[in-house]
Amino acid sequence: MTIGKTRLLAATMAMGLMAAVAMPAVAQDKIKIGWAISKTGPNAGGANITQIPNYQLWIKEVNDKGGLLIGGKRVPVEAIEYDDRSNSEEAVRAVERLITQDKVDLLLPPWGTGLNLAVGPVFNKYGYPQLTFSAVTDQAPALAKRWPNSFWFLGTSQQYIDALVDLLTKQQKAGKINGNVAMISVADGFGIDLSKAAREGFGKAGFKLVMDKSYPVGTQDMSPLVSEAQRSGADTFVAFSYPPDTVAITDQAKVATYAPKVMFTGVGTGFPLFPQRFGANAEGIMTLGGWDPKNAGTAEYRKKHVAMHNRDPDYWGSQLGYVSLQMLEQAVERVGKIDRAAIIKELQTGTFDTVLGKFKLVDNMPPKGTYSYIGQWQNGFFTGVAPEGPNTAPMVMPKAPWK
Amino acid sequence: MFVEALLTGITLGGMYALVAMGLTLQYGVARIMNLSYGEILVAASFSVFWLFTAAGLSPLLGLLVIVPAAMVVSWLIYRILLVPLVRRAKTRDALEVDSILATFGLLFVVQGVMLVIFGGAYYSYSYLAVPVNVFGVTIAANRLLALAFAAVIGIALYWGLTRTRAGTALRAVAVDPVSAQLVAIDVRMAAAIAFALGGGLVAAGGVLVSMFLTFNANIGVVFTMKALIVVIMGGVGNLMGALVAGLILGLTETFVATWIDPGLTLAATYAIFLIILLVRPQGLFGRSNR
Repeated sequence: MTIGKTRLLAATMAMGLMAAVAMPAVAQDKIKIGWAISKTGPNAGGANITQIPNYQLWIKEVNDKGGLLIGGKRVPVEAIEYDDRSNSEEAVRAVERLITQDKVDLLLPPWGTGLNLAVGPVFNKYGYPQLTFSAVTDQAPALAKRWPNSFWFLGTSQQYIDALVDLLTKQQKAGKINGNVAMISVADGFGIDLSKAAREGFGKAGFKLVMDKSYPVGTQDMSPLVSEAQRSGADTFVAFSYPPDTVAITDQAKVATYAPKVMFTGVGTGFPLFPQRFGANAEGIMTLGGWDPKNAGTAEYRKKHVAMHNRDPDYWGSQLGYVSLQMLEQAVERVGKIDRAAIIKELQTGTFDTVLGKFKLVDNMPPKGTYSYIGQWQNGFFTGVAPEGPNTAPMVMPKAPWK
Repeated sequence: MFVEALLTGITLGGMYALVAMGLTLQYGVARIMNLSYGEILVAASFSVFWLFTAAGLSPLLGLLVIVPAAMVVSWLIYRILLVPLVRRAKTRDALEVDSILATFGLLFVVQGVMLVIFGGAYYSYSYLAVPVNVFGVTIAANRLLALAFAAVIGIALYWGLTRTRAGTALRAVAVDPVSAQLVAIDVRMAAAIAFALGGGLVAAGGVLVSMFLTFNANIGVVFTMKALIVVIMGGVGNLMGALVAGLILGLTETFVATWIDPGLTLAATYAIFLIILLVRPQGLFGRSNR
């Protein structure tokens, strides 16, 4: 076969960046695990926080044990990684290549909703389990039916909005906030999905959206939006934003001393960057995700992650990603061989021992109550606050004034 | 509200101008269409982040280290990577095409090095994010500072280029490299100086915007695109043009976001760009004989 010059160049570069070195192997003495992920391009920021560190951590742990336990024997794992350059065609090509040429035994998913939807048909066609933990889509239940090999750990946008609206409705009934909400959203996948669900959710619960604006990706100045929210008189400010915008919005709110009683910002609020950057000013700010401060498994996971990568994981998808990898490992070991149909069956029906305790999926998704949908910075810890349950803490109101 | 939008627009525009000034020198005088421009800007942001977090050096002092370093590096890039292209090029157009290809490669090298050192994650730090009251409008001090730098650098360099002998030589090269040789101007030296100066300017831009923008190793192209629009709008090689075009873009975006819809800022930017290209293809301050 011939390889185009650019492709060769890209492949050489990807190899250079690769942490894992691919070596020719005899099939039986190794298990090949491959993934295509955004190491460059606009998705790299997210992939490098939520996903790649988890893959590296898990592969290292498995190999430190001697490998996956298959048929009473430890078989070491070999990792093959490609850069999809944040491009869905590239991701599809890389996944196909992993399956047909590298002949990997198992695949790990790419980062983000868009790319996971793009590679879904390939995973399905070849019958590989797809355990996504960076994809949020309202189609998740339908997709799980159409592609029974796909698992959607982050669930639907609806579930997050329902949890948020429930939380705010209680505050409003207690007379602590008014019924007005100012909402801004990035004009891209995440912002569009979440703001659409929020528009419905807030409307049904009797909240009034006094501001509802979207802005293009890459907007570098948030002050007009923050000023408008400030003038709107809403007690609740919700931003479905991407990491650079999340930081800029919070910065601008602080500069303008805009302190709504409830402040909810988008992706990035749960990144380790956020408390580093804002310190005590992060207190009270909310976003998707959240951890249980009392959970020993979470604490242990965080410790391992920091030991290997010198930084905290993200407080939303990271831990669920690690849970999904633990489940995959246990499912393979229970099946005792690389029988992907049996592994999928085990993932669908089995109960697994994870950092979040006993974990069992229902319809290929974690059921409500297994992890928190909405969290809030409380005493320097991103604490889960909704949906209410034994693993969440009460929400703190109002957001502390800026320091 | 009008004053607020006006001031916010000016600060945003100042940032755009700041980011574009280096490119206008590199493209206008050295005739190098530097596609790795944004990457070099982000590299400066990373350097100052590193100096600030690891060595505790304030970003403003960091300027004193990073700007000269960037000038030296740009000088070397020009002497080693670009001079062979300059020698080979039969016409200025050929040089432009070759430099696009060469700096496109450089883009990946710089980006790759940053990815290896810093990974793809987002970086951000807080410096001078304090409110300053200007005419009753609250603006972040770091953004005001970027505007002040853009104005000072823009006006100083404009003055230097139009009122000094060395500056006149640089402009002569921009206008006509062949005739410039006839009046004993060392064209290659002048181009190298312009490229290095441009490198220093882009580093200054990188340091200043890192105070308020969140960045990662992959974000460079955003700056290259913005700088390109500003440079072409303002007139290639004209610093005053870059300043004015940057301000026009900043004001347009802010006015549109304030009174029409934040979702239309990009559309407005490109609409203005298109109108200016149609009416004055050489750019606002460009000369028509090009």
